[in-house]
Amino acid sequence: MMDYETLRFVWWVLIGVLLIGFAVTDGFDMGVATLLKVVGRNDLERRVMINSMAPHWDGNQVWLVTAGGALFAAWPPVYATAFNGFYFALMLTLFALFLRPLAFDYRSKLDNPTWRSRWDWGLTIGSAVPALIFGVAFGNLLQGVPFQFDDYLRLEYQGGLLGLLNPFALLAGLLSLLMFVTHGAAWLQLKTEGELRRRSAAIGSLTALVCAALFVLGGVWLLWGVDGYEVASVIDTQGYNDTTGKIVTVSVGGWMTNYSRFPLLWLLPIVGVLGFVLCSLTMKLGRHALAFTSSAIAMAMVVVTTGVTMFPFVMPSTLNPNHSLTMWDATASELTLKIMFVVVCIFVPLILLYTAWSYWVMRGRLNEQFIRDNDKALY
Amino acid sequence: MDIVELSRLQFAFTAMVHFLFVPLTLGLSILLAIMETVYVMTGKTIYRQMTKFWGKLFGINFALGVTTGIAMEFQFGTNWSYYSHYVGDIFGAPLAIEALMAFFLESTLVGLFFFGWDRLSKEKHLAVTWLMALATNMSALWILVANGWMQHPVGSELNLATMRMELTSFAEVLLNPVAQVKFVHTVSAGYVTGAVFVLAISSWYLLKGREIAFARRSFTIASAFGLASVLSVIVLGDESGYELGDVQKVKLAAIEAEWQTHPAPAAFTLFGLPNEAEQRTDLAIKIPGVMGLIATRSLDTEVMGIRELKAEHRERIVNGQEAYALMQRLRSGEEREGDQARFEQVRSDLGYGLLLSAYSDDVANATAAEINQAVEASIPKVWPLFWSFRAMVAAGFSMLLLFALALWHSLRRQPETSPWLLRFALFSLPLPWIACEAGWFVAEYGRQPWAIGEILPVHLAISSLTAEQVLTTLIAIGILYTTFVIIEMWLMQHFARKGPSGSGYLDDEADSGYLISTPPREA
Repeated sequence: MMDYETLRFVWWVLIGVLLIGFAVTDGFDMGVATLLKVVGRNDLERRVMINSMAPHWDGNQVWLVTAGGALFAAWPPVYATAFNGFYFALMLTLFALFLRPLAFDYRSKLDNPTWRSRWDWGLTIGSAVPALIFGVAFGNLLQGVPFQFDDYLRLEYQGGLLGLLNPFALLAGLLSLLMFVTHGAAWLQLKTEGELRRRSAAIGSLTALVCAALFVLGGVWLLWGVDGYEVASVIDTQGYNDTTGKIVTVSVGGWMTNYSRFPLLWLLPIVGVLGFVLCSLTMKLGRHALAFTSSAIAMAMVVVTTGVTMFPFVMPSTLNPNHSLTMWDATASELTLKIMFVVVCIFVPLILLYTAWSYWVMRGRLNEQFIRDNDKALY
Repeated sequence: MDIVELSRLQFAFTAMVHFLFVPLTLGLSILLAIMETVYVMTGKTIYRQMTKFWGKLFGINFALGVTTGIAMEFQFGTNWSYYSHYVGDIFGAPLAIEALMAFFLESTLVGLFFFGWDRLSKEKHLAVTWLMALATNMSALWILVANGWMQHPVGSELNLATMRMELTSFAEVLLNPVAQVKFVHTVSAGYVTGAVFVLAISSWYLLKGREIAFARRSFTIASAFGLASVLSVIVLGDESGYELGDVQKVKLAAIEAEWQTHPAPAAFTLFGLPNEAEQRTDLAIKIPGVMGLIATRSLDTEVMGIRELKAEHRERIVNGQEAYALMQRLRSGEEREGDQARFEQVRSDLGYGLLLSAYSDDVANATAAEINQAVEASIPKVWPLFWSFRAMVAAGFSMLLLFALALWHSLRRQPETSPWLLRFALFSLPLPWIACEAGWFVAEYGRQPWAIGEILPVHLAISSLTAEQVLTTLIAIGILYTTFVIIEMWLMQHFARKGPSGSGYLDDEADSGYLISTPPREA
């Protein structure tokens, strides 16, 4: 089949695919939930919003679970280092995520307004906090993380939650939150009518432009203000993980190496920025399907740009740059990568198929009358 | 408490709370599929109402199963980072496959199960329900493959260059006998949980004289399904005993308080008070021969006792010291002639050498006293295992009795004429949870001091964190989970009390698909 080097590369692509799958699917329901109290002015409107994603949020969230599982299987050192290193950030994400399934399922089970309002907050916190923290995490990956290994590859991590909340990371966090919000607004335009649809278009067309601006600003900042990493030695891409055996140099502007070597890569961030702009325009023009598609493309480009910028790094180390984790030397064994690749080839197409079918079955717009008519059966 | 104990406590708490919800999801999903099948085959709408009403309770439970499940996947990385690094190559794969093969399908279809009633034909909706149930069970398979590997790590080998366990045979990991036995035992326990849940609530309606037609039918389905499941749990539990006798001798000896090896066939201790200090069981009531039969399937094979196991562990720890020294030389490049060959001979004892690292900074030159400490710690505490195992078995046999009586009365079509039976069923409601939690306690506590059996001791598996950090998250999780469980249980009893008629399900004559929108009669 494939050799180790190809498998490693394929898995770098696949992790990206899973992250994009998460952003495009779970992104919209997290966005809608973030907007719940902003766009939805009363209980009925909020129920329209919640029920627009009710049949799908759980399946969507599995993209996140799968990305976590795939990270564990394909890049165990990355999973171990990142989850341990970002301890409190991930725990906060986890606590926020706890609230989502409960808020969805329990909110409308009782008629009490206080009960419903509390769960509305739960839904918003449960969605906005993870959306923000995922961006913060990527912002920190781009700047490097303070860790190193001992002789037995036991992790030493120096840093806490507050260190993660630096200006560049917060910018990345804001970008990821707002792109989910934009995507959620695009979804609402597809699934709702009247006021709800109008309000979400107004908000979405604004946030899409802010996303474009943040993305450009982040890129400029990265170019002139953030240390980039380069591998100065030769990594044996076919060999075992010699995670601590390479030599890495650090320099401002180092993250531009890949772009100067392959200028065509500039297309990726450019398409991303254009995607956000197009999304904003199409929302104003009422072309909702196009708005949803362009926000999906723009988000995919944000993920791809981040990956390509850092390639081959996935988790650079500030403490000892030579111990940085790359997609060549922080992977699972060849056999595990091979088996997991076969599994992905079989199941991801199936997943896409039945996910598409479920969206098809639940197609169409929702309105307040529909909620009233099906009061007990809906969220 | 130190960080190892706090990490263990956090894992135990999150796993045990998670498993309050998993077995009910496993069992109810199948029961829902059965009820809906009867609906589609007979066309009687009461069976659809049953599917919807029990489905509503299923949903309340499912939400917390999802919530607590996310924590399970995250915490290997957050709290057990060296574990994740050391064995992620093998352990991560089944978790990822679980998500791709099962959890995706389950989570996508659960949406259609609840919201697709008027969007799908009867047959398609039935297919959705069955596939959802199937996916739930597939989830359990992969999780138990992962857990089975922790108990009995096969198909893998330490790579000294990367300092990780690496996969050598996926088939061996998948077909791991411990994993297979655990899978069937665990899902059957889930079916029993679902059946007791339906049986107990139906019995409460019958006792109150409410929802008779609905409750009687639910009672019948639950009692038949429950009897089959509980028989399967018991038979397969016995099979687990055999696997323990084969590959997890320490756990078996601790469960049975077998302080020393006795002549074959070993007796089964029905009751007794394990006395750790004196290494004997006071007031023991024994049934001759039974333990030997369960654990070895023979009358002439001994069941090893704790004293003999400790002697064996001492040898392996000494070998492990040598393996550790060899590993140090091989990794540092100070390899001598023959080191590699010798390492191959003793590598299977390396894990025992690592046990010493809890007591000594210099494993290769540990003192005799330190070795003694490691030997003593190589056997888990006996009394918690002894008692939780017996709690599980007692709960299991009570439920066997319950289902046998319930089915007998159902077949004679008069369960509501026997209030004592209905009360027995109602008060049995906690039994499956007691059995499940006790069973998992035996499985996991009985694996101590190992994170990965005979490979990686628990004290090395932890993350690079401080005890305060772990304590902080433990307290936060404790508060959150307690709140969630209280809310969940309140909602459960609220909707169970309302019953199908109180929830508007019995007015569902229009057959329009969506649940009716008449306001509830109570509330």
